[in-house]
Amino acid sequence: MKRRTFTWLAAASIAAAVPATAQETLIVGAVAPKTGPLAGGAAVSYWPNVQLWVHDVNARGGLDVGGTRYMLEVVEYDDQTNAGQTIQAVQRLVNQDGAQIVLPPYSTGLNLAAAPIYNRLGLPMVTSTATTDKADELSQQFPNVFITLGGAVPIVDGVVEAFTALRDEGTIGNRLAMVNVADAFGIELMGAAKPAFEAAGFELVYETSYPLGSQDLSPVMKAAAAAEPDAFIAWSYPPDTFALTEQAIVEDLQVGAFFTAVATAFPAYYERFGEQAEGVLGIGGVNADGEAFQDYAARHLEVTGAAPDYWASAMVYSSFQVLEQSIEAVGSFDNEAIIQHIKDNSFETVIGTLEFDENNNNTSFWTVGQWQDGVFKGVASTGREGAVEVQPKDGWN
Amino acid sequence: MRLTNRDWNALGLSALLIAVVCCLPFLTQGYWLSIGVTIAMYAVLATSWALFSGPTHYISLATAAFFGVGTYTVGYGIEVLPYWTLLPIAGVLGAVLAALAGLATLRLSGVYFVIFTLGLAEFIRQIITWVQNLTGQRGIYVLTSITESHIYWQLVGLAALVFLTGWLIGRSRLGFALRIIGDDEEVARHSGIHTARAKVLLFMVPGAAAAIAGAILAPRYVYIEPMLAFTPMLSFQVVIMALLGGTGRLWGPLVGVIPFTIIWEAISASFPNQTTLLLGVSFLVIVYLLPRGFVGLIEDTRHRGREAQA
Amino acid sequence: MDVIVTGLLLGGLYALVAMGLNLQYGMARIMNLANGEMLVAGGFAAFWFYTAAQVSPLLTVFIVAPVAFVLNWLIYVVFLRPLVARAKSRGQLEVDSILTTFGLSFVAVGLMLAVFGGDYFSYSYLSFPVSLLGDTYGANRIVAFCAAVVICGALWLWLTQSRAGLSIRAISVAPASARLVGIDVRRLAALSFALGGTVTATGGALISTFVTLDASTGVLFTLKALVIVIMGGVGDVRGTIVAALLLGLLETFVASVIDPGLTLAAAYLLFVLILLVRPQGLFGRAQT
Repeated sequence: MKRRTFTWLAAASIAAAVPATAQETLIVGAVAPKTGPLAGGAAVSYWPNVQLWVHDVNARGGLDVGGTRYMLEVVEYDDQTNAGQTIQAVQRLVNQDGAQIVLPPYSTGLNLAAAPIYNRLGLPMVTSTATTDKADELSQQFPNVFITLGGAVPIVDGVVEAFTALRDEGTIGNRLAMVNVADAFGIELMGAAKPAFEAAGFELVYETSYPLGSQDLSPVMKAAAAAEPDAFIAWSYPPDTFALTEQAIVEDLQVGAFFTAVATAFPAYYERFGEQAEGVLGIGGVNADGEAFQDYAARHLEVTGAAPDYWASAMVYSSFQVLEQSIEAVGSFDNEAIIQHIKDNSFETVIGTLEFDENNNNTSFWTVGQWQDGVFKGVASTGREGAVEVQPKDGWN
Repeated sequence: MRLTNRDWNALGLSALLIAVVCCLPFLTQGYWLSIGVTIAMYAVLATSWALFSGPTHYISLATAAFFGVGTYTVGYGIEVLPYWTLLPIAGVLGAVLAALAGLATLRLSGVYFVIFTLGLAEFIRQIITWVQNLTGQRGIYVLTSITESHIYWQLVGLAALVFLTGWLIGRSRLGFALRIIGDDEEVARHSGIHTARAKVLLFMVPGAAAAIAGAILAPRYVYIEPMLAFTPMLSFQVVIMALLGGTGRLWGPLVGVIPFTIIWEAISASFPNQTTLLLGVSFLVIVYLLPRGFVGLIEDTRHRGREAQA
Repeated sequence: MDVIVTGLLLGGLYALVAMGLNLQYGMARIMNLANGEMLVAGGFAAFWFYTAAQVSPLLTVFIVAPVAFVLNWLIYVVFLRPLVARAKSRGQLEVDSILTTFGLSFVAVGLMLAVFGGDYFSYSYLSFPVSLLGDTYGANRIVAFCAAVVICGALWLWLTQSRAGLSIRAISVAPASARLVGIDVRRLAALSFALGGTVTATGGALISTFVTLDASTGVLFTLKALVIVIMGGVGDVRGTIVAALLLGLLETFVASVIDPGLTLAAAYLLFVLILLVRPQGLFGRAQT
């Protein structure tokens, strides 16, 4: 029952808005960027999972809520990477479209901006693409919000752990070059990483930041190479992850460990750099050899026509599974009961078991992965199974 | 200043309208209120934009810059100062920024001003991220108990203030000077009008208004980061809405804001995958079919009506 | 030394980005805010041909250029000529063309999203190091730089030596008088607009070999191009080249010596400074 207030426009789109029978169809709302600066990331990690999840649930006969089978129907909105639009779209989903389930938005900023409206509408919000160290404060203000992707501190700890392992086996020395994208994400991780690496006995021989949207990163890589580091870390975003890697190849940066952040785990990364990506470390990771992930990846490829990335994709899907399982377990659309159920239980998902601590925070997640034999495998995590041994980066050719 | 009966009528009617508009949160809390917030926000931005750009013909794309400055004023200030003091501070900062930008470029021709103002938001965004990076500061959280209704009322109040300012300017010496500048700048200069000063003064109005609007909306965003606060789309949308309405009348932009917001909602609700495409098409429709905005359309119709009678 | 070469390479890239806009804005009088989208579209074509059929971007250019020429010609005739005809003054045309091309840029982004999706697209082409003056640089950058030199040189020769070029320059100086001496302003304006779009799309194909693009990145390039064109002086090929190189050098210098976080801020300051000192741009003529 999609009530359209704008009848004159609805007339034009009548084909798209044929009213479905209410008993069997359930409206699922999803709002995330399709345009704007974050559209590229959402197109890889978010939207395909919405499609896949709905497909999977419908394929097994629909969502079983208290004995009634509901087929899912998605209403998608583009928030244009604009927080105001996200808020408005969530309200439209609930008030106008009659969405019973609203999936979480995409990215740290948009998730946090939407938290108050989810809270006011009483919706459970199992975020999958937000990293924050403020989980405790957030859960007090918004008890309906759950964090699955972790915060900066544990991620940095994972990277330090991987690098220390390489140093202790003698692959790399103490000299470290570290750069970050000057944006909330990069600044937060750089801020956490600097003291952590110094505490671990590393020497920071080069550090700098560059603005989001820099078209030329060769000066950064040239300066980093000139400092003759043993290891390189970049807290980077998608376009610059590609640019920095390419510049490292051009400069023939000789390091025993090379780490870039968001997008390293994208299949496009390996497609672009091929063999040269071997041994590159990146943020995230999955239990790539685990049956659950391989099964998921195969379905993802089959249904959406693209391979999932090796970090956020599986997490996004898992957060949908948490919602799915909770609604079926509760047996109704009583959001309060669903939220309580999420707090009290653990869930079997494609990334393994997922459960939340007293701050609604999932404390076990992947932090570091590495390209090994064409697969981005998790090498460090906070309590996930299936980590592989980290290997040294052996040049670029 | 002498007020005629007609002025009193107009003022009284406006006050009544505002009172009616203020009742919206009592009628609805959800979706329509959030539309109300959007409309009120664009009403403030587009009307104040037209106050400057209407008479001077300068297209300002600095709205996002002022808006972001206001948002960040609240982001940084909320921990230190009470919320209410931050709104006037944001207004002053916005006005000062507008004055500086105006002094630098308003003597130049229109195109340079367009590019300069477009770059301004980007420039401030870069400086803020650079400073944040130096101090190692993360995105800012504005966690308050301010509700959507509060934000709505504040925006309506601000809109009323902008209309009042516009009305007063129209009656003042400045307004008279601006009308002459708008007709012919050369003539204005020869008749002893300090054109640059008049323009700079006027430019401070949208600067202050947009900054205060940004400050009011900061609590709605909860998490403030440069990319979200300084989104350049905002500047363009404001221009489009104001032009759709027409800049010749004080109420012109409002006539553009309301239908645009609603049509835009309808588009993003019905065709979520083609929003960008359709936004572009609606731009083109406005330029080709409504070159003088709704105001022009209304006046043409009236004109024709009168001719038919005669 | 290293800084200078890197800066020049970047400047060459900027020249490529800005040259097309200069033709469109300087000669055809259309401030084209959809310029960046044309660039991204060129990049898309190169990406698509390379990943689907392993066609080198250097060859794709020869497919992209004619297609872009026809497309831009059509855009001019369908969308922009009515505006030119309707405009009572230069200012009116400027406002209208800003709005129209901004609308067109949205349409272009929307179409590219529909066709290619919002994903990033990047591929590796000629990304091996080349030694130059004792330092290494990416081969793809050097190739793009050489192409920029060839394209800019050819344009300059064409504008200064050929009859059509002279006429176009006459339009950019004094459109009304040009008409009096028998120059077909309508046709030549369309020609320079189409040519501008062609240069931009070609630049996009070359740039895509080393810059990661997605459907929404166009506006970044539009902005850079606008800044360069205005800094160099509207309608002046030399000015655009000098301004582009200056910007490239400045950004590289700031990134290497001061702080990469300030590159864009420095570029903007340079822009403001030039505007304050020489409002008509480095090589521009004072406006009457």
